[in-house]
Amino acid sequence: MRTRQWLLPALAGLLGFAAVALCVVYAVSFRGGHGVAAITAIGGPFTLIDDTGAKVTEQTLAGKPYTMYFGYTFCPDVCPTTLLDLSRWIKKLGPDADKLNYVFVTVDPERDTVQSMHAYLSSFDKHIRGYTGTPAEIAQIAKAYRVYYKKIPTDDGSYTMDHSAIIYLMGPDNKFVTVIPYQEDDASAIAKLKSLSGMPPTS
Amino acid sequence: MRTFSKLAFAALLIGFAAPALAQGASSTSITVQQPWSRATPNGAKTGAVYMTIDNKSGTADALTGASSDVADKVQVHEMKVENGIMQMREITGGLPVPANGSVVLKPGSYHVMLIGLKKQLTAGETFPLKLTFAKAGTISVTVPVQAMGANMAAPNDKGGMGNMGGTGNSNSSGGMGKMEMK
Repeated sequence: MRTRQWLLPALAGLLGFAAVALCVVYAVSFRGGHGVAAITAIGGPFTLIDDTGAKVTEQTLAGKPYTMYFGYTFCPDVCPTTLLDLSRWIKKLGPDADKLNYVFVTVDPERDTVQSMHAYLSSFDKHIRGYTGTPAEIAQIAKAYRVYYKKIPTDDGSYTMDHSAIIYLMGPDNKFVTVIPYQEDDASAIAKLKSLSGMPPTS
Repeated sequence: MRTFSKLAFAALLIGFAAPALAQGASSTSITVQQPWSRATPNGAKTGAVYMTIDNKSGTADALTGASSDVADKVQVHEMKVENGIMQMREITGGLPVPANGSVVLKPGSYHVMLIGLKKQLTAGETFPLKLTFAKAGTISVTVPVQAMGANMAAPNDKGGMGNMGGTGNSNSSGGMGKMEMK
């Protein structure tokens, strides 16, 4: 019974991971540094609302590199842990922290409103912005970023969410750079963020 | 840091004394060691409680349910991150506590999930939690709240001193014994 429960998400996870891995290889090979135009499969247009109620699109983020993490506020463990990790790294970046934008996108738009996202993020570094939207808008950005998420009903009529637990690092051109996997060690994560913050901004 | 080493030393002493205490406390089998929870972000509707459950009897038991004043619902969950995907499931058939063994609830693994938090959990406070076992009945523990970034129970944690439960003849001895230093 329990094995069956895990089977589907595990398979989907495997597929998702393979897709991400492929994209990484793809992206890295094109980012080889010969001035070849970067062709990446992660990222794309979106329209959402941030936790202050303002409309945001990929153009809002263009010009500065950014990190993007998908989660939800009903998440008891992985999401607060990741957002705390990120908050610690942002602090360690010092003045370089302002060279990046940091985005937390909900995969649970039905429960994560503008207000609840804003309240939730007040517990973390103030650089981190929350994005929510309609279920269709969230589906679109998740598809663009190759993010896996799935609503898992619970016995009591409620639900939890399975979701990708990876932080995406994106360039100022909205193009995929690399990822920080779940529970990456501080030194490695900070090195990646430092490197990202060194990417020249575009206008 | 010096305070920490003193506390660690004190905890170590308690740790040595604990096996005797735990065994002497009751003839029953289940003890709950070092329950703890994490402070929750502002407005968060969920929280998690971690602990080690020891079974000193030759009969397997299972954690079948839980309740607390701080949440509408309390469930036992399993969480794992596999291939970069976070997955969480309610354990509906009860979490097995093997005979003469133990089960560890910790971040990234099993946890008691608080759903519909009535208030934000803040570091330093405690709250009551009732755990129901298939055989041992109900065990009440007091759960201390650690900082949001905590990854284990505080070494000087005295919380979780168990009271006699409502239905069972069980007893718990939280806050003593196993040190999970990392």
